[in-house]
Amino acid sequence: MDAELLSQVLFAAIKTGTPLLLIALGEVICEKSGVLNLGQEGMMLMGAVVGFLAAYTSGSVGLGVLGAIIIGMFMSLIFAFLVLHLGANQVATGLALTIFGTGLSAFVGSGVVGQTVQGFQPIVIPLLSDIPFIGHILFTHDLLVYLSFALAALVSYVATKTRIGLVIKAVGENPHAANAIGIKVLRVRYCAVMFGGAMAGLSGAYMSLVYTPMWIENMTSGRGWIALALVVFASWRVGRIMLGAYLFGLASIMHLVLQGMGWNISPNLLAMLPYVATVVVMVIISADHFKEKLLAPRSLGKPFDPRQMA
Amino acid sequence: MIRVQARIEQSTLMKITSPILAIVLTLIFGSILFSAIGKDPIQAMQVLLIAPLSDMYNIGEMFVKMGPLLLCAVGLSLCYRANLWNIGAEGQLLMGALGGSAAALAFIDSTSSFALPITLICGIASGMFWAAIPTYLKLKFNSNLILTTIMFNYIALYLLLWAVHGPLRDPQGYGFPESALFSDITTLPILFDEGRIHLGVVFAIIAAVGAWVLLNKSHIGFQIRVFGQDEPAARYAGFNGKKISWIVMLFAGALAGLAGVSEVTGPIGQLIPSVSPGYGYSAIIVAYLGRLHPLGALLSATFMAVLYMGGDLAQIEIGVPTAVVGMFQGVLLFFLLACDFFIRYRVSFISNNSPIQE
Repeated sequence: MDAELLSQVLFAAIKTGTPLLLIALGEVICEKSGVLNLGQEGMMLMGAVVGFLAAYTSGSVGLGVLGAIIIGMFMSLIFAFLVLHLGANQVATGLALTIFGTGLSAFVGSGVVGQTVQGFQPIVIPLLSDIPFIGHILFTHDLLVYLSFALAALVSYVATKTRIGLVIKAVGENPHAANAIGIKVLRVRYCAVMFGGAMAGLSGAYMSLVYTPMWIENMTSGRGWIALALVVFASWRVGRIMLGAYLFGLASIMHLVLQGMGWNISPNLLAMLPYVATVVVMVIISADHFKEKLLAPRSLGKPFDPRQMA
Repeated sequence: MIRVQARIEQSTLMKITSPILAIVLTLIFGSILFSAIGKDPIQAMQVLLIAPLSDMYNIGEMFVKMGPLLLCAVGLSLCYRANLWNIGAEGQLLMGALGGSAAALAFIDSTSSFALPITLICGIASGMFWAAIPTYLKLKFNSNLILTTIMFNYIALYLLLWAVHGPLRDPQGYGFPESALFSDITTLPILFDEGRIHLGVVFAIIAAVGAWVLLNKSHIGFQIRVFGQDEPAARYAGFNGKKISWIVMLFAGALAGLAGVSEVTGPIGQLIPSVSPGYGYSAIIVAYLGRLHPLGALLSATFMAVLYMGGDLAQIEIGVPTAVVGMFQGVLLFFLLACDFFIRYRVSFISNNSPIQE
């Protein structure tokens, strides 16, 4: 493989990995607070359709992104109310959110299937993009890719270096202890879940406004689920999420590479690659049972009811 | 003032009332939604819920849709009872359709009376195989069952697409991604002259009753229930968790596989890319609405089949996209989970000045 092709492939891997990175950044904060939201796929689809509709009707991609973030937060609010206030099972509620989002997005988007919008255009950063090899791979992207770099840095910083990060971790590790020292456990979890929703919405907008600037039913094709696996793969660490997202991005575009190298394999078999890769990676990670137990937020998926504290 | 108290024991009355309440709330939500998009809500509800049952042909079609939903939901009910979050019914159904179709196409010129049973067994075995891999990965490598079963749904879908574009495509099919039509020898018999009710529907009802017997009248069923409710107690009693996991997962895979092969050898008659309109995912809701009880699933699968039929009719008659069915399913599950709050909590209204009695 020559350097030119390699640079093209790595550029595309970042572009393809960006929606995974965005949604996984939201989910990791949510899970760190002890809440497992399996509704990512549904929120992402809603973000994609609402983002597209908003941009399509207003002509502004900025409004599209804003609309996607708001709908993502609204969807996650439904989830948060059910699991945090009503103590509903997190797994079942997350599944309901995905089924609801899949249906609702197809419903509201039925009028604009196949329409296109003028999405975000690439911004070539002066000087940085002139760096040989790396410059093209990292600094000739669109605005949302740069935003995802910044968000990854911000989430990493907040999660590990600030008081807010510590509070989220305390709530996820031991909500009873956190409650005892006066932390409002449910309030922290609401915020974490809604941050997850906002990021899922943004990730959806990336799909429908940048990646393929149009709306197609089920266009996220399981990326919300892959992101959930990614968080486990990264053992709840932001740096590794970034690496993982780009690796999965690479797996998703491998078919282009293989075709470029003259391999003649059915596109349907190649489309399986990211899902097979997800399973393989998950098996490798989870096989070390002790390590996974050590790293996962200890109260992940367990409800916390302040009513039963008194 | 509203007072919320945790119940000491779960309310049996609310367990039964909650699904009914959820259905009513979903219908109210639907009416508001239809009004909001400028459709007559009463007409919409009539098309969605009454029209599917208005004549013999539609009732037959409703049963045809109930079959795969019920088969998948019965298997999932047992998995969820044992605390195994199998989301893979869709993939297991697709693999059942794929494996069964491969067999049916091998018998295309056959006159053997074994052709249909072997085709069905191939479908069942394919579904079991597709359930076995994530089960093995969970038990051996501790991988997350929810995520692996979902990945296997996507992998199954692409395998199916590969097959209908490649090895199983009808050479005389003008390039359409479809298999050849199966011969009569590998087609499930139709039960009544009118409509399309086929033997697969009977399989589904037998499966529901059989699962009920297994769950409530057998020692294995007892072990499944104890395992789901109190895993430490089950271990203390010496029940083998791995064995129970294998039994419920393979059972679920077999039923989903049977659902898939029954679709291709029944109403469809060939392998096509759109074998399932998401039956495997809807079955999750059917299982919940049926309270994870095989006979409850019989009722809820019927309701869901009516909704599917209604969705088809609504598209034709009032121009609402069929996706509205998926949305209703999600809302229904939301309301169900919300209403289940009352199983665990007692809510009472008390006026501010009345003395609180403890």
